[in-house]
Amino acid sequence: MNAVKSPEELKSIKAGILKRMNEKETVRVKVHMGTSGLASGAREIYDFFRLELEKRNIQASVTSTGDMGYSFAEPTLEVKRPGEDPVVFGNVDKLRADEIIEKYIKNGELVDGVLPANYRTINQ
Amino acid sequence: MMAREKMQILVCGGTTCSDGQGEAVFENLNLEIEANALENDVHVVHSGCFGLCSMGPVVKIVPGNTIYTKVSPDDAREIVSEHILKGRKVERLLWKDPSGNTLVKEDEFAGQKKQLRIVLRNCGIIDPENIEDAIAHDAYAALSKVLAGMKPTDVIQVIKDSGLRGRGGGGFSTGLKWEIAYKNKADQKYVVCNADEGDPGAFMDRSVLEGDPHSVLEAMAICGYSIEAGKGLIYIRAEYPLAVARLRTAIAQAKEYGLLGKNIMGSGFDFDIEIRYGAGAFVCGEETALIHSMEGLRGEPTVKPPYPAESGFLGKPTNVNNVETLACISPIILKGASWFAGIGTERSKGTKVFALAGKINNVGLIEVPMGTTLREVIYEIGGGIRKGKKFKAAQTGGPSGGCLTEKHLDIPIDFDNLTAVGSMMGSGGLIVMDEDDCMVQVAKFFLEFTVEESCGKCAPCRIGNKRLHELLEHITKGKGTLADLDRLKNMCLVIKDTSLCGLGQSSPNPVLSTLENFRDEYEAHVSLKKCPAGQCKDLMEYFIIEENCVGCTACARVCPVGAITGERKEPHHINPDICIKCGACMEKCKFDAIIIQ
Repeated sequence: MNAVKSPEELKSIKAGILKRMNEKETVRVKVHMGTSGLASGAREIYDFFRLELEKRNIQASVTSTGDMGYSFAEPTLEVKRPGEDPVVFGNVDKLRADEIIEKYIKNGELVDGVLPANYRTINQ
Repeated sequence: MMAREKMQILVCGGTTCSDGQGEAVFENLNLEIEANALENDVHVVHSGCFGLCSMGPVVKIVPGNTIYTKVSPDDAREIVSEHILKGRKVERLLWKDPSGNTLVKEDEFAGQKKQLRIVLRNCGIIDPENIEDAIAHDAYAALSKVLAGMKPTDVIQVIKDSGLRGRGGGGFSTGLKWEIAYKNKADQKYVVCNADEGDPGAFMDRSVLEGDPHSVLEAMAICGYSIEAGKGLIYIRAEYPLAVARLRTAIAQAKEYGLLGKNIMGSGFDFDIEIRYGAGAFVCGEETALIHSMEGLRGEPTVKPPYPAESGFLGKPTNVNNVETLACISPIILKGASWFAGIGTERSKGTKVFALAGKINNVGLIEVPMGTTLREVIYEIGGGIRKGKKFKAAQTGGPSGGCLTEKHLDIPIDFDNLTAVGSMMGSGGLIVMDEDDCMVQVAKFFLEFTVEESCGKCAPCRIGNKRLHELLEHITKGKGTLADLDRLKNMCLVIKDTSLCGLGQSSPNPVLSTLENFRDEYEAHVSLKKCPAGQCKDLMEYFIIEENCVGCTACARVCPVGAITGERKEPHHINPDICIKCGACMEKCKFDAIIIQ
């Protein structure tokens, strides 16, 4: 990566990143892996998704992020199906992770443990 | 059958907003779905809180994101027959706001939600180890705006106008702090990020650093530009290994992208950031002690003035800001001072992150506009007290703060209101206590922390706190007298007045505030030798209620010291002289025959 040389260049880099992200839209799984997530087993869930999605031949990206603050429901994760709003699930153990793959990722069928956005964002 | 595509019904499982009605709604919806043979087309699932607790229980139907409010179990039939089968909205369950507008879709409810995420805007959203993800979410856009056409004084003015106050404890105006550092001319100045989060129970700084490190780096660079400093230092506890690792990655990536380092974005502005590690001493969160620790000296505070803005790190002007404060900077630059100043109360602007801990259902981080009441925080966002117990107190400000009680539930939380009732904002730890917590023990717990953390430099803090702790210990053992309560208070005031730094000056606060708000509890300990909450072991007596005891012998078998005697199928007895009050018998008893007196 060459250094960003001007504020305009940063804008075009941002536009480029957004374009790339939107072009190859697949299922996106973000496992919340801050300290509280990891302490409740988020690493295992992350590995489970990486392994199982590949095994089950599902095109998806699995990444790790920080915590959303839902310590009471860790491990938590977010799943975004192409063209749909992201959904956050809480208290995800392997059983629920399996359910999320089989029901939600494959068929768009929600499972227990949905954590709705109970907050406003700065752009609302 | 109208359900062409699969439909989903989400039912919030709120325990408090709806007195547990959510579960009955869930069951009835399922029954209706079965009655109409829709199991394959419609799914009912449990969901978490929508943040619309005053309207609960809430039911959401996807697709369409229709929100039904105040749904009672009897409404299930109509929701299924009208909405699901006929595709018609159930008008009477839609929410009408005070101005008469009907809200239907989930997005329309945004204004009704109590939480607003500014500091936590990207936590859990972006991959903290991928700068591109951060850039896609506006990281470094504020820095580029600043470098492209704002003078240092312009930036300082924006921050001043926004009304942002330091989130680390004191609540000093951030803009003013920057201005003082700007006005002190020197060949080198420093920007320090205080990530030495030490309050028991508070972890918002950790979450920001772990979830969105670039927001802090960017804000430090903006601060550096504004006060004309070329170097930034992050002082972080070594106990936060994940935050440290993610910061390191973020710094390396920002340098690679030319967003830190020499000639940032071609502006001629140089700014570099390094990490300094703290060993986790509480006092090092105080800015002068923090600076000494970074210089390799003992982490002891010194008297201000001189303030760090005049003579800080290595004797140079230094601006110290806390992580949460820095995380507010970029949105303020991008969205403007008046946007930020429009949130919160008259003298406390913006939002505050609280770490909810203790006897509360939804433990974790929340972010609310300043001025939200404790009642909203605990009963709506926090989901209420665990196991339906009664709220007793909430400690804010950690070991330096005080407790808020039932009478404070409706006070809008901001810097000044908390100070007025004898507590403080501190870094935002909020520890909730219920009827089973003994306030003398709570005061003792916080004091234990200060005694451990006192650096020992001045006598009032080193010796005074130790004596205070001994007195409290005395009281919890049933050896205290009424005169001890006055002594306790006097000693607190002396320590407060004569300690050298903030740690000592604030250490008696938990004692003073519990003494003030729960004097009857202290008095029960000293005059009646009773602990109303049943927490002080030395003041309790386990007792078997004869009528309830069936003589199953379970308690006698589990007692480790053989204090329980009695014939099989006859009521048992506990010998208080032998009993060590371990509570094992009470746990074992299936007949609620054992009580604490």
